[in-house]
Amino acid sequence: MTTATAHEAHDDHGPARGLSRWLFTTNHKDIGTLYLLFSLLMFFIGGAMAMAIRAELFEPGLQFVNPMFFNSLTTMHALVMIFGAVMPAFVGLANWLIPMMIGAPDMALPRMNNWSFWILPFAFTLLLSTFFMEGGAPAGGWTIYPPLVLQTGDAFPFLIFAIHLMGISSIMGAINVVVTILNMRAPGMTMMKMPLFVWTWLITAYLLIAVMPVLAGAVTMLLTDKYFGTSFFTAAGGGDPVMFQHIFWFFGHPEVYIMILPAFGIVSQIIPTFARKPLFGYSSMVYATASIAFLSFIVWAHHMFTVGMPLAGELFFMYATMLIAVPTGVKVFNWVSTMWRGSMTFETPMLFALGFVVMFTIGGFSGLMLAIAPVDFQYHDTYFVVAHFHYVLVTGAVFAIMAGAYYWLPKWTGNMYNERLGKWHFWLSTISVNVLFFPQHFLGLAGMPRRIPDYSIQFAEFNMISSIGGFAFGLSQLLFAYIVFSTIRGGAKATDKVWDNPEGLEWTLSSPPPYHSFTTAPEVK
Amino acid sequence: MSEAHGGYYVPHGSHWPLVGSVGLTTLVVGFAMHLNGSDIGLSTMFAGIAIVLIMMFGWFGTVIRESESHMYNEQVDKSFRWGMGWFIFSEVMFFAAFFGALFYARILSVPWLGGEDASTHALLWEGYSAAWPTNGPGAMGGAFETVGAWGIPAINTLILLTSGVTVTFAHWALKKNNRGPLVGWLFATVALGFLFIGLQAYEYGHAYSDLNLTLESGVYGSTFYMLTGFHGMHVTIGAIMLAIIMLRSIKGHFTPDRHFAFEAVAWYWHFVDVVWLGLFIFVYWL
Repeated sequence: MTTATAHEAHDDHGPARGLSRWLFTTNHKDIGTLYLLFSLLMFFIGGAMAMAIRAELFEPGLQFVNPMFFNSLTTMHALVMIFGAVMPAFVGLANWLIPMMIGAPDMALPRMNNWSFWILPFAFTLLLSTFFMEGGAPAGGWTIYPPLVLQTGDAFPFLIFAIHLMGISSIMGAINVVVTILNMRAPGMTMMKMPLFVWTWLITAYLLIAVMPVLAGAVTMLLTDKYFGTSFFTAAGGGDPVMFQHIFWFFGHPEVYIMILPAFGIVSQIIPTFARKPLFGYSSMVYATASIAFLSFIVWAHHMFTVGMPLAGELFFMYATMLIAVPTGVKVFNWVSTMWRGSMTFETPMLFALGFVVMFTIGGFSGLMLAIAPVDFQYHDTYFVVAHFHYVLVTGAVFAIMAGAYYWLPKWTGNMYNERLGKWHFWLSTISVNVLFFPQHFLGLAGMPRRIPDYSIQFAEFNMISSIGGFAFGLSQLLFAYIVFSTIRGGAKATDKVWDNPEGLEWTLSSPPPYHSFTTAPEVK
Repeated sequence: MSEAHGGYYVPHGSHWPLVGSVGLTTLVVGFAMHLNGSDIGLSTMFAGIAIVLIMMFGWFGTVIRESESHMYNEQVDKSFRWGMGWFIFSEVMFFAAFFGALFYARILSVPWLGGEDASTHALLWEGYSAAWPTNGPGAMGGAFETVGAWGIPAINTLILLTSGVTVTFAHWALKKNNRGPLVGWLFATVALGFLFIGLQAYEYGHAYSDLNLTLESGVYGSTFYMLTGFHGMHVTIGAIMLAIIMLRSIKGHFTPDRHFAFEAVAWYWHFVDVVWLGLFIFVYWL
């Protein structure tokens, strides 16, 4: 995506030629590009699995795949989308943007940066290869609960080690982000002057460093329980399968915010630009993000209301969870207030950001419903949960990533994307994604369980509607890939500012920016 | 290999990360194949370990050479410090998962199995009375005895605490630029580290052969060996790192105001020390 840096005095600082540029690079932009392209690839691989799932659920009865393979598809779809698509996309954006936003030449630890990316293709080769192993790919759900997951065939150790590798990659990436933000800011760029995308990533990185090792511990215990005779999750030995769920969700709930806080940051960059007003309530945005991150550590058992917990536990986790609505509400109101009486225009990034605000809020509301323990007894493990987390992850995280891609693509490539096609992509995606996921609320409320290849005849209509929406959403994303690649190849030249007076140091650089973003620190007033 | 950009230091490309990825992947694929019963699993795994070691040798070697040729400015030094600090924090969280498992079993799941929570007790394991240590109502691994806190574990506590003092003496010597005492105190620290590991190994042998305390001894054996085992692994890594720091000290690599590598390893050593105190209190003593 970057071109050689002819405008630098010494051009030996430009990228190496050929494949070695990408294999050995220590450049934050090259690594960001690798992350983003990897994420796009995984988005389509995980998406293909989703298409197979929706095809199977198009009608009641078993059509295309056997139930075991269906379970593998749901499990792998989740693992690929979470660890392969959404997280690497955010790390890619962090790599591209944080040095440019804080006025640095590169990330603080560039070689480690290369390693955190280049572990991922290997980890996902391991994970995806399990489809071809005896016993099939993991089929116990992405939450890998014992004892079910211990029945996995030859794939089991590969699953565990793939998760270990992803964890190593995430931890190194997160350490790099923290160190870059703390140590590489240009003079005058105080913490409370940092763009919100940088703030949200700083907090996300803390969450990653705190919880990825816990996941590593949890899967290590699974491994030793299966192969080395330990009894962490076996009641006969004094252990408890529920203990795994506690450890897993101690990782899993912060993980949820790892996938949404950077999205908050992206949207907080975009809305002020197109409302032509500064962000409303900057410092409250920072404090709200920090509060959400803190709360994420004390709400994990709301994923386990039905598994059996003392009443005091149910109540504590219910109230703590509902508390998250407060800082999240602060954010939503701040975005709305930013737009209030602004001179708004609706280019593609703004459309996606607006779609994010509206539809993420829908996902937030269904999350509030799920937080109410007695109500969750009804909804647990139904399609209502599926609808909820797809609203926050697809119309939340993925829409924000796409908004960010459209917003910064002209800066990265020096070329404008095709606005007409971008708008088509937005409207096709937004309509189809609601056709896809909204009916799943009704299916869940009516009692359809998740992770099941066949269903009772009463669920037929909504499933068919949902599948039609799914196919349309999947096809719409091909348009996104086309727009991205055609923008990389050419198009109308973008100005340095790209948009109408956007705020931030990245817009003071040329489009595309020089290979080493800021070789001398800019002055921040 | 690298050059400065207007006061900043940006390293050039490196093939070591990719070598590391190949090594790690070979390692885990070999281990996974071994667990699935393949004959070539273990040899593949050792090949992976060898590649990882070559990578570490090469990568650290590059960094040491660059450091010795004064390519790093203060900002790089600070980045390394932050990086090491947060790496140690991630290690703390890794141990937290296993301590969490220990506390969950001791405070919640074992008492529940013993009847505090009526339903699971009555349905599955009637007659089991909760106690700690336990290998569970199924008496997994058969009857066993535990390692007492005031034998080898207490001696080991003294050894590690002493090694924390000796490494600090080494640091003081380094700050005064006294290379002789620096190397001497580092040697003492490394020796104490390996003495600890030796005593742990002896204790493991004793537990396995005389006490019938094994990895299979229910949740007690699981938490005991996983916690002490991962700790022992970290002590081994720390002792090797200290030994390398000692060799570098002999070569005269550090100056009183530039010795990040020494401090990073010392931090790491204090970290394994603190983890051990947690182990001594909650695994051996209480």
